[in-house]
Amino acid sequence: MRFPTSALLSVVLLIEGVSTALGAGLDAELLKVRAIGPRGEGHEQAIEAIRKVSQAELDQLIEILDAMKAANPLARNWLRSAAERVVQRGDNAKRSMPTTQLVDFLRNTANDPHARRLAYEILVAHDAGFAGKWNMRFLDDPSLELRRDSVQVLLDQADKLNKAADSAAAADKFGAALMAARDLDQITSAAAALEELGTKVNVNDVMGFIMSWHLAAPFDNTDKAGFDVAYPPEKGVDLKATYSGKDDTVRWIAYKADAKFGIIDLNEAIAKHKGTIGYAYAEFFAENAREVEIRIGCINANKVWLNGKLLTTNHVYHANMFVDQYKGIGRIKAGKNTILLKIAQNEQTEDWAQRWQFQLRVCDALGGAVKSTK
Amino acid sequence: MKSNQPWFVVLILAVVFGVGGDWPRFRGGDSNSIALDAKPPTELSEGNVAWKKELPGRGPSSPIVVDGKVLVTCSDGVKQDRIYVVCFDVDSGDELWRRQLWATGRTASHPTSANAAPTPASDGEAIYAFYSSNDLACIELDGTLRWYRGLAFDYPKAGNDIGMASSPVIVGDVVVVQIENQGDSFATGINCKTGKTIWRLDREPVANWSSPVPLTAVGSDAPSGVLLQSPSGLTAVDAATGSVLWTHESGCDGTSSSVSRPGRIYFPSSDGITALDTTKREPETIWNARRLRPGAASTIVDGNQVYAVNRSGVLTCASAVDGQQLWQQRLKGSFWGTPAIAAGHMYLVSQEGDLQIVKLSKDAAEVVSEFSLKEKIQGSIAIADNAIFIRSDAHLWKLAH
Repeated sequence: MRFPTSALLSVVLLIEGVSTALGAGLDAELLKVRAIGPRGEGHEQAIEAIRKVSQAELDQLIEILDAMKAANPLARNWLRSAAERVVQRGDNAKRSMPTTQLVDFLRNTANDPHARRLAYEILVAHDAGFAGKWNMRFLDDPSLELRRDSVQVLLDQADKLNKAADSAAAADKFGAALMAARDLDQITSAAAALEELGTKVNVNDVMGFIMSWHLAAPFDNTDKAGFDVAYPPEKGVDLKATYSGKDDTVRWIAYKADAKFGIIDLNEAIAKHKGTIGYAYAEFFAENAREVEIRIGCINANKVWLNGKLLTTNHVYHANMFVDQYKGIGRIKAGKNTILLKIAQNEQTEDWAQRWQFQLRVCDALGGAVKSTK
Repeated sequence: MKSNQPWFVVLILAVVFGVGGDWPRFRGGDSNSIALDAKPPTELSEGNVAWKKELPGRGPSSPIVVDGKVLVTCSDGVKQDRIYVVCFDVDSGDELWRRQLWATGRTASHPTSANAAPTPASDGEAIYAFYSSNDLACIELDGTLRWYRGLAFDYPKAGNDIGMASSPVIVGDVVVVQIENQGDSFATGINCKTGKTIWRLDREPVANWSSPVPLTAVGSDAPSGVLLQSPSGLTAVDAATGSVLWTHESGCDGTSSSVSRPGRIYFPSSDGITALDTTKREPETIWNARRLRPGAASTIVDGNQVYAVNRSGVLTCASAVDGQQLWQQRLKGSFWGTPAIAAGHMYLVSQEGDLQIVKLSKDAAEVVSEFSLKEKIQGSIAIADNAIFIRSDAHLWKLAH
């Protein structure tokens, strides 16, 4: 029997079409989504692609989660929405989730932390007992959200033991929670509980705040113009040098902080000044070279240099201050490293615009303290 | 397609002006907090709670109502970096879908605010959800993401650790957002269909929380411009191109937003409310009323009356013609969210959660009903489907007949 070529082609096309509709490989679409860049780059191509990805079958869910690995934060959000849509359609059709694959995906810490957290949430949403079985397994997890859940379980357990008057066991668990926690609320909660149980905790040390500084101020910042002026400390720090400052000769003074969360109050350490620049300098010693995050909180405009390299600049005055408000990523070398901060105060007269202060710590990418060896 | 045009025009007008029972953006379809044709209840008791639903996160953003759906944005997580759009059925209150994204910009805010501070907007086909972190998501009404932009990922210095709050507006095919702060400060128009930036205007690097307002030219049926308010003045912009149409230098409030009526703009100045005549080549001041101080809530202009409620709960009514005060009424509590007007009544909810209904007339106000929601409320009221929609940090209510 002869089969017309055109009919055969139609059948092939039909099969291909059905195959695509049922969700054949998503590689091409996922590539388009992952190609999204800043300022709208690649979005037009990704719009059609994400529509197709959103129509994928449940057994392709892992493929979507997997595409989040090394994706930029924009593409990751596009992929998340598609994954949610796939799960939603599966739920509406009362289909089973690919539980085994999701658990395997969650277990593999090399996968994207956000994608693993999403996998966990899908599992929890479809199995009431899942969180109870798994939520203690993430105390050292690269996903900060998974880790937070485990720390919370530990804190709750410690609290129960404390209420049951088992102080020693409670202290052990609070101590373990303190070491694992990366969120400030959990760190302070664990530290406060340990203090109540009679264990002295130095939160500044746990979090890696730098407490010993050399300070030089005031330099001129009238009309906020000094922020972009490279005063002598930016060209090289000589702790014995004297400089011509805003009002008088400026010298470096040594200052050791003891305030909570390493806050250095320049109004107290130097004197109250407005329209002013201050510099803070610290030396940081390391055994090995490594990448670090320099995290600062600062109510004033600021710049941070590590070993002379500018890491972050924030020309913002009096718009909140909190731990880890700004961060710069840099590389420390083995031996001595230098950290220099510029803290710029403006001339606002309101009561809420008088603070002139900062705090700084050195961390790994997850917020764990990296401490100076000297 | 020609035969579809009248239907299409009606749809657009319905979305733009809020007829047909929708409340598609901050301060409703007319950006003036008036629900045309709506008749929500004027006496409230527990029996009027049609439904009350839990929300997955906080937010002073207001709910919007579009095509039988109530949409709310929320934010959650220890860093407020989990941002949500949640969609409920307007009749049953059943949750139809929720989308979550990870914020890519700065998420910090004053403790009284949250990442989900801006109210989303809809063009009847999709919702444009915007957050303090400058994440902007276009999600179709069935929950499918059309596109997503991380505007602080694009401009990393955009943000304010006190929190941002300006709500987006849609004019034609363009969604307009104002991102004004001490860092990367700008306004931008983005194509609703493609997510592509059409224009971007640098703005003064000063914190600003007010929202853009659609501008309709005299004699035109639909808006084509957008009014950008900032502490140093007003800028009218062609929404399609970003071209500046005119500017008006004047001290403006940085929180409450302006009202645009045909040939008039009423803006919160640093010294009360100012009315501008915009029929001239250069806008001209008609009057300035120092005693009209709206606080955080935005002004409402209803016919010949202008209404402003200040933070401490004094509601003032003045003539829209000359700014002369007509009456004042003290209300219970302090106010953050913008009230709404429907069928001659104003609906106001205090931060303490006391919903008050005020019967309006030219000569006096009368508080006709009070109902406590027993939760802190910062979002503005939405009125649609002859019902009142309010959200707290934890719940969404529908109050109906």
